[in-house]
Amino acid sequence: MAEPGSLPSPLPSPAPEGAPRGFWPLAAAGGLVVALALAAAHYLEIHGHVATGMGNEVVWGLPHVFAIFLIVAASGALNVASVGSVFGEAAYKPRAPLSALLALALLMGGLVVLVLDLGRPERLVVAATHYNFRSIFAWNMILYNGFIAIVAVYAWTNLERRLLPLSKPLGLAAFVWRIVLTTGTGSIFGFLVARPGYASGVIAPLFIAMSLAWGTAVFLLVQEALGRWHGTSVPAAFRDRLRRLLGVFVAAVAYLTAVYHATNLYWAKQAAFERFILVDGAPYAFLFWAGYALVGTAVPLVILFHPRFGGVRGTMVAACAVIVGAFAQLYVFIIGGQAFPLEIFPGYAATSNFRDGAVAPYSPTLAEVLLGLGGVGLAYLIALVGVRLFEFAPPAAEAAGKPAPGAD
Amino acid sequence: MNPVDTGRRKFLGATAAAAGVALAPGVLLYEIAAARPPGLEASRSVRWGMLVDTTRCASGCTACVDACNREHGLPAPTRPTDAQWIRKVELKDLRSGAVHSAPVMCQHCAEPPCVDVCPTGASFKRADGIVLVDRHTCIGCRYCMMACPYKARSFVHEPTAGQKTDTPRGKGCVESCNLCVHRVDKGGTPACVESCAAAGHQAIVFGDLNDPSSEISRRVQAVATTQLRADLRTDNGVRYAGL
Repeated sequence: MAEPGSLPSPLPSPAPEGAPRGFWPLAAAGGLVVALALAAAHYLEIHGHVATGMGNEVVWGLPHVFAIFLIVAASGALNVASVGSVFGEAAYKPRAPLSALLALALLMGGLVVLVLDLGRPERLVVAATHYNFRSIFAWNMILYNGFIAIVAVYAWTNLERRLLPLSKPLGLAAFVWRIVLTTGTGSIFGFLVARPGYASGVIAPLFIAMSLAWGTAVFLLVQEALGRWHGTSVPAAFRDRLRRLLGVFVAAVAYLTAVYHATNLYWAKQAAFERFILVDGAPYAFLFWAGYALVGTAVPLVILFHPRFGGVRGTMVAACAVIVGAFAQLYVFIIGGQAFPLEIFPGYAATSNFRDGAVAPYSPTLAEVLLGLGGVGLAYLIALVGVRLFEFAPPAAEAAGKPAPGAD
Repeated sequence: MNPVDTGRRKFLGATAAAAGVALAPGVLLYEIAAARPPGLEASRSVRWGMLVDTTRCASGCTACVDACNREHGLPAPTRPTDAQWIRKVELKDLRSGAVHSAPVMCQHCAEPPCVDVCPTGASFKRADGIVLVDRHTCIGCRYCMMACPYKARSFVHEPTAGQKTDTPRGKGCVESCNLCVHRVDKGGTPACVESCAAAGHQAIVFGDLNDPSSEISRRVQAVATTQLRADLRTDNGVRYAGL
């Protein structure tokens, strides 16, 4: 995304006055990723889900990992806007439009993956016209669309000077809405009574904490990449504030993850599941400890809070590690939670030719990988075009400033 | 030895045929009278259910599974992605070591989690307790499969062939045991029940749980029966005896 060669500053001013260098190649790269995802979706449309690694046990696979990451991160990407508009922090306000744009882009990327992974994606109109209000899924469709509408109008109030007075109330509405939205996303799993990995009241707050962490990590990476693309630099003081915030959010996710597993371990009936996820379930236990606990939590916490790693590079490495950890955590949560066998006959060992009592196998196919990456590609493309066409990027005067003291 | 009285034989044969012709419409009419007339909604006063007696279910016997596959045009399962509306589960008591065999299918819950979670309402429960999937509004999100505690649902992973008129199927939709609703609405019994009886086991009893005089009600009153995962309070229409 960033062009290393374009680093020396100051460079001519950013987007609005002229095309920043390399827009078309960057857009073409995103377009290619999206095109590959559409090709994968078309392949699935013709052959069916037999072309995926999913079956009748693991019914949500890698595309859901991507989709849920994007949807949860979308809500968190709005952090900067919320802190600016709701809590009145002046330093955050110039970056509120970018925050809103990222929230929209990530959510749309996630939703497209979800839709294209449906068995009957062409029936989207059915989903839009038939609502079962007992279903948290149906509520989520309303929450997602409402989020897009509110954030789009909020972004508009930030870009149009005459509408600026509306920015604060809309920012507040968007803030409340996204908390509810992430509660809804977590509750997709939290309400599943039959599976030991899911039915838990901790999941909704855990998802909110995840959204804060993942969204902040994505924002940090994007604003840095954008700064480099536009030849500006992010004020070090602002980056530092976000860096510390990210550290707090990562710690919050770790705490709630610990509570989730500790409560599960307290119940004898959940012990086998916890053993599967934390000790001997391959590849889930490895992904949990190496991917989530080490790369996604311990490494970023050390980097974010140790004064030695306070520069740009450290912050970027930490943000990347948080995202890698997020994927590991979601993979364990979503796929590990389904792979563990349902206990239909407590007290009995069950076997059948439908894999009763057996751990379900799952390995994603190329089509799933391409489809999932397509969501990321679409989010990237929307953000890229948004920044190119509108003034979503922080103003040059604010952003360029002086070279940040903490920058390395 | 007397010569064979062929006239008497002919007379007996003709009488039997006449009796058959005379009685058949009556039997047919009785069946029609017992069936739900077309256009009439399923009755709330009925709660269709099944009782599986595991003491009669033979390990290794798959008569019910084979009959279900034939009835609904399901190919015999060979891969993990193949649909299974009913399956035989072999059980071993973890403490005593006692072994049982039992068929597991959609439990037709009174409080079905699949119906709760379905975003479009494609998963629904009829007034008489039969849980079905509307193939026209199923979008293939598979949330019902995540929610079902009994692994009773299958996703159609690839194009289908050899569909039966009474059982529409389609790639990208979720499906499960429909309690042979096309038979039940005509006053019949599900194919699995019929085949189990034909195999001499009679391990599955089908009937109206709300009718105290039905065989299933009498059996449920007489012997201890359980519902799978009763802790979830889904109030299953399928009950098990002998576990």
